[in-house]
Amino acid sequence: MARLSSENLETAYEIIARYPVKKSALIPLLHLAQEQDGWVTDVAMAHIAELVEVTPAEVIGTCTFYEMFKRKPVGKYVVNICTNISCQLLGGEELLHHAEQKLAIKAGATTADGLFTIEDVECIAACTEAPCLQVNYRYFHKITHGEFDSLIDDLKAGTRDEIPAHGTLAKVRQHIPAARRAGAVAPTDRAEPVWLIRNRQEGAS
Amino acid sequence: MTMNDVPKIITSRFDQGDAHTLDGYRRTHGYEGLAAALEKTPQQVADEVKAASLLGRGGAGFPAGIKWTLAPANVWPRYLVVNGDESEPGTYKDRMLLERDPHQLIEGVLIACYAVGCGQAFLYIRGEMAHAQERMAAALNEAYAAGFVGKNILGTDFSVDVVLHWGAGAYIVGEETALIESLEGNRGMPRLKPPFFPAAKGLYMQPTIVNNVETLSNLPWIIRNGVDEWNKLGAETSKGTRVFAVSGHVNNPGVFEVEFGVTTFRDIIFDPKFAGGIRGGKALKAFIPGGASAPWFYEEHLDLPLEKVAIDRAGSMLGSGAIVVMDEDTDMVKAALRLVRFFARESCGKCTPCREGTTWMEKIMQRILDGHGRPEDVALLMDTADNISVDFMWPPRMTTICPLGQSATTPIASAVMRFKDEFERYVGGPIELNVTVKGAAFIGPPTRKKEGSGV
Ligand SMILES: Cc1cc2nc3c(=O)[nH]c(=O)nc-3n(C[C@H](O)[C@H](O)[C@H](O)COP(=O)(O)O)c2cc1C
Ligand code: SF4
Ligand code: FES
Repeated sequence: MARLSSENLETAYEIIARYPVKKSALIPLLHLAQEQDGWVTDVAMAHIAELVEVTPAEVIGTCTFYEMFKRKPVGKYVVNICTNISCQLLGGEELLHHAEQKLAIKAGATTADGLFTIEDVECIAACTEAPCLQVNYRYFHKITHGEFDSLIDDLKAGTRDEIPAHGTLAKVRQHIPAARRAGAVAPTDRAEPVWLIRNRQEGAS
Repeated sequence: MTMNDVPKIITSRFDQGDAHTLDGYRRTHGYEGLAAALEKTPQQVADEVKAASLLGRGGAGFPAGIKWTLAPANVWPRYLVVNGDESEPGTYKDRMLLERDPHQLIEGVLIACYAVGCGQAFLYIRGEMAHAQERMAAALNEAYAAGFVGKNILGTDFSVDVVLHWGAGAYIVGEETALIESLEGNRGMPRLKPPFFPAAKGLYMQPTIVNNVETLSNLPWIIRNGVDEWNKLGAETSKGTRVFAVSGHVNNPGVFEVEFGVTTFRDIIFDPKFAGGIRGGKALKAFIPGGASAPWFYEEHLDLPLEKVAIDRAGSMLGSGAIVVMDEDTDMVKAALRLVRFFARESCGKCTPCREGTTWMEKIMQRILDGHGRPEDVALLMDTADNISVDFMWPPRMTTICPLGQSATTPIASAVMRFKDEFERYVGGPIELNVTVKGAAFIGPPTRKKEGSGV
């Protein structure tokens, strides 16, 4: 639990530089903090406030609006089970109840060993693959109760290393090489784009 | 033209294993649309898209080419924001497009920026879609390195950065003004329109074009093949093809690209090439034609074409291309409660009718489902809903800043009006309603059978 590490700080600067206004980097930076610590700590939020030049209160304001940001530690694996309409029709609620039995916790809670959190979530855009779930935002489609049990057993045994610990989203980051960068366009940058000007001039001549 | 020989436009690379790589994409005409666009003037490209009648695929179905003309003249900079927040229940197409054909979207984004004169583009991907974010990041990195994105694209004076941005879990952020708030680093609450139409006052109060992932993914094909080829496909106003996800109680749930405006619900739900009919030989009870916000349809709507004007007239919408099929055994009270709960959870809380109304509707519905409901609860439920969506009109009358509030009432009106007997079974007595209901899909055609007779 800390401020952003020096490596993450580098990444943070790179992210901020892409935006015309620093505050736009807030959500990506909160994800970065969550990737580092598994949840979003007060210390990290204060650090992010410094980086994007807003008050810590503004950071908390944004952070608390979004479900993915956890303000308390959660399990190493967050298991999101969809119970929305398409999944409900094909056993999503039963799958959730099965998961609660298997892990002996209610949705929203974390197992005592800190390994699993279960969440009852809204549609995750895999509706034709119902019932479905995500573990740390990695998809599992058309899941039977038996498959759910094996998945949990595998995660306990540590044999599913394609799934990173909670907090890591994309394992590939965007990187814009300096030589190829067009640059962030500030809202105060009132110039008409050059290719429009050229085309107009060519049209006129 | 039969359903078979309609070309695949945006899903053409779904079965090509390496389509997400630059090499794979270029092997199948990748970036040829961009090259062709750069040979034309921005105005020519914009005119072509306007002539193509490309209806927005994000929900509202507004023509993209016309939206592009709404940015006020000579106000710079302009921005492009791609809406990849896909989270309308039942909707599953943008994630596929992002994961399987990321370069197609990048190419579409560049074509739009070139035509409209956008100085920078932001690609807002839903937070929960880790794999889509990875695929887009990798595709952008490759495209930058190869000179397709960034400074002096393909050696011309056209330069634009495409910035990958990702959300953090909030359905309402899919609404375009909330998306912009979120992209500014704020709580994702919608802005009032007017004055905050994005095309006039959007990101950082500058003119901003917000388009859906699927909408923009069509552009490379349109520019490469020409607007005449595009306009050969589809019906009067609904041109081209469209992607629909068919989920629920069907034999073969899936994501299908079909000719827009021509294919019917019966085709897409029952044809073996598509969803293949209801599971276990059961009868159809109802289906949602366009995502959780859309009023439900029934047997008598099956022969309607998937065409915007026809569906609007019948009192619902194609929305985000999400068809959810419910068979005869479905408990409609339970289904409606689940949808209401969704809207209650996702209300941003800015407007009182939506914030309070969705919460109360969920509570009343839960009480009914739990068996503690009183017969008058259903009237109370409809009365509450009527306070958010006055007279249940279609399109709804707005009482709130964004349409989420009205959307929350559609599953209730659909279920109560059509399956009143199911509610009566739950509350143990006859129901009397004292609200006016005007939406065509809620009241049904005049000749319809008595409710409860099964369809
Ligand atoms: C509550 C609500 C949620 C929405 N969610 C999405 C969404 O997830 N994706 C999307 O593209 N459009 C969504 N929309 C529609 C957008 O506001 C906007 O119309 C669309 O992104 C414009 O793009 P298009 O013209 O290309 O369709 C939503 C609208 C509302 C009111
Ligand atoms: S209608 Fe609901 S979701 Fe939309 S702005 Fe108002 S409170 Fe927020
Ligand atoms: S309803 Fe479960 S993924 Fe869409």
